[in-house]
Amino acid sequence: MDLNYSAEELAFRDEVRAWLRANLPQDLREKVENYQHLSRDDLMRWHRTLAKKGWVAPAWPKEWGGTGWNVVQRYIFDEELGYAGTPPIIPFGITMCAAVLLRFGTEAQKKRFLPRIYDGDDFWCQGYSEPGSGSDLASLKTKAVRQGDHYVVNGQKIWTTLAHYADWIFCLVRTDPTLEKRQEGISFLLMDMKTPGITVRPLILMDGAHEVNEVFFDDVKVPVENLVHEEGKGWTVAKYLLGHERMNTGRVGESRRQLARLKEYARGMMQDPRWRDRLSRLEVELTALEITNLRFLDRMRRSGQPPGADVSMLKIKGTEIQQGLAELMMDATDPAASDPLAEAVRKRYLSMRKTTIYAGSNEIQRNIIAKMTLGL
Amino acid sequence: MNFDYNEEQQLLADSVRRYLAKAYDFESRKKIVAGQGWSAEAWAQFAEMGLMGLPLSAEHGGFGGGAVDLMGVMEAFGEALVVEPYLPLVLAVRLIERGGSAAQREALPRVVEGKTRLAFAHNEKGTRFALDAVRTQASRKDGRWRLDGEKAAVVGASSADQLVVSARAQESNEAGIALFLVDTGKVSLQTYRTMDERLASDVVLRGADAEPVEGGLGALGEALDLGTALVCAEAVGAMKFACDTTLEYLKTRKQFGVPIGTFQALQHRIVDLYISLEQARSMACLAASKADAGGDPRSISAAKIRIADAARHVSQEAVQLHGGMGMSEELKVSHAFRRLTVLAREFGDADHHLARFAAL
Repeated sequence: MDLNYSAEELAFRDEVRAWLRANLPQDLREKVENYQHLSRDDLMRWHRTLAKKGWVAPAWPKEWGGTGWNVVQRYIFDEELGYAGTPPIIPFGITMCAAVLLRFGTEAQKKRFLPRIYDGDDFWCQGYSEPGSGSDLASLKTKAVRQGDHYVVNGQKIWTTLAHYADWIFCLVRTDPTLEKRQEGISFLLMDMKTPGITVRPLILMDGAHEVNEVFFDDVKVPVENLVHEEGKGWTVAKYLLGHERMNTGRVGESRRQLARLKEYARGMMQDPRWRDRLSRLEVELTALEITNLRFLDRMRRSGQPPGADVSMLKIKGTEIQQGLAELMMDATDPAASDPLAEAVRKRYLSMRKTTIYAGSNEIQRNIIAKMTLGL
Repeated sequence: MNFDYNEEQQLLADSVRRYLAKAYDFESRKKIVAGQGWSAEAWAQFAEMGLMGLPLSAEHGGFGGGAVDLMGVMEAFGEALVVEPYLPLVLAVRLIERGGSAAQREALPRVVEGKTRLAFAHNEKGTRFALDAVRTQASRKDGRWRLDGEKAAVVGASSADQLVVSARAQESNEAGIALFLVDTGKVSLQTYRTMDERLASDVVLRGADAEPVEGGLGALGEALDLGTALVCAEAVGAMKFACDTTLEYLKTRKQFGVPIGTFQALQHRIVDLYISLEQARSMACLAASKADAGGDPRSISAAKIRIADAARHVSQEAVQLHGGMGMSEELKVSHAFRRLTVLAREFGDADHHLARFAAL
């Protein structure tokens, strides 16, 4: 048993860390550090910086620009991004749409979309949830009807993150409403957000931020060459995506940075045993998550198999810890303070409530473990 | 990075599990507990399998095992709720190997063979878990050491031939704490059954003859941290049993015409138990690795905090999910509850380790 990274892995981590220190622009670092809003330009500037270095899509095959790193190196890289406080790499293009295209796309689709995703020319968003279809995603109703060489799409998506920045959206749509097994009537479509009939309307969350949207489709004409995989196979695609790249959902690096920031920020409160114990318990939880994450990684590396369904526990614990840190940060803030940081910290507490709801609510994650791992 | 046991460690843990499955099932354990409270036969088998020598170097007839080597054994013991006082023996032999006289060390092979039994007497009443709150007094007269005082809740004292005892010596290191080896024939014991069905004794020392074992507060702290790491592993074993038996119960117990495991309210709760178990296992790995790497008290305290919390969560929910049967003495799960309740507190409860964690 050896809990440590190898010398090569540590050298790799140091290389990444040093590069990030030298190349993360000061203004972006400060924005992230102080919980300020990141504009589309901020996000894309960092995306292009990584793309130029060749590090924006490590998991892709080398021929498309991947780094050829193994699973441990990819994990280290992701955690170092979080630890350094970089703007996030928005996952919808790089991680999600690309994974789908690489697995199910035609050569033409790959050639058309992957380079633009890599270079940050296209900003992607994800059209999954609908007003009546949240956790029960397979009940989705947005309809696509084939008419010659087009689909005509009608319906609505909701909670569409950064749709107001997006050039493209990938969507699950219903191409056959007659099938008894409803999963079989779903298809995976790519749509240009500039297509007539697409309307984006902001949804403002309780922190006052505009991050998610409603997206309406009104007789939207989508060329059939934008269908990924076969018609009626959209659910297979969605399930593939669900099991893909889930090793960093715990976001340990990001939480380590928040913890260090919190300790610095709340130094004066360490004499209070009640405060200290809350902080200590959270730090212990984070350490346990970190080691659990490494255990999953070790298992994955040596088996060569994708992680099992129990990897859902990383999302559950990771988000609980992120919320816990955000709450402690708010509690460490002078209740009488109204400076920009105090305000941002309070907004962050509000905003972080989303983490246990998005990307498969933590209740859905528990359902997955109960069914797939425990056989209930 | 590698989280698996090596081949030797796995083989040993497997052979311990095989023996326990055969000879230490729940019914056999009941008989042991109802009888003299420990099994000489099981003890002989443990010696036969090399467990007594595991923590000792080859020089003393052992195998030079560290905390990670002991971890698999402790997990297996936790699963079977073994009552024999193995861990006190581990700590005692480690202290003797570290600072014992030549004669004391020459006697260690008899321990390895299972012929001499040792235990570790440190706790005193009212001191909670403070390392240096030792009041038992050591005095030297005519070249001989004698001990006066009372040790409390000494697990395994009644079956031991000798005890390694911590005491406050007049001529010793700065903190004044020293270690001694005492024959149990020279002390009086008040033996009782602990809430988790082991035998523990209050040990009264009245001018008891004692031989010094080199090592003060530092040696004591190391031993207690090793003990902490090992109860973490034992708790992981007991939690694994509690989780598995509860899952089985959810799949077989029917109410309203269906297995109760079909109810989402219960599914989510058992999922949380398994998450606690995995988090605890990760921290047990950390504690054992750190204990072997020369100790890292902050990490070891972190492990005990997480394991104490997990032990409480898993044991309480395992009983609750069993309903009335969980309360019954007839089911092993209620005995696992008792064991986990004690393990959560042994070598310091969560509050104690939180204070130490924050101070380091």
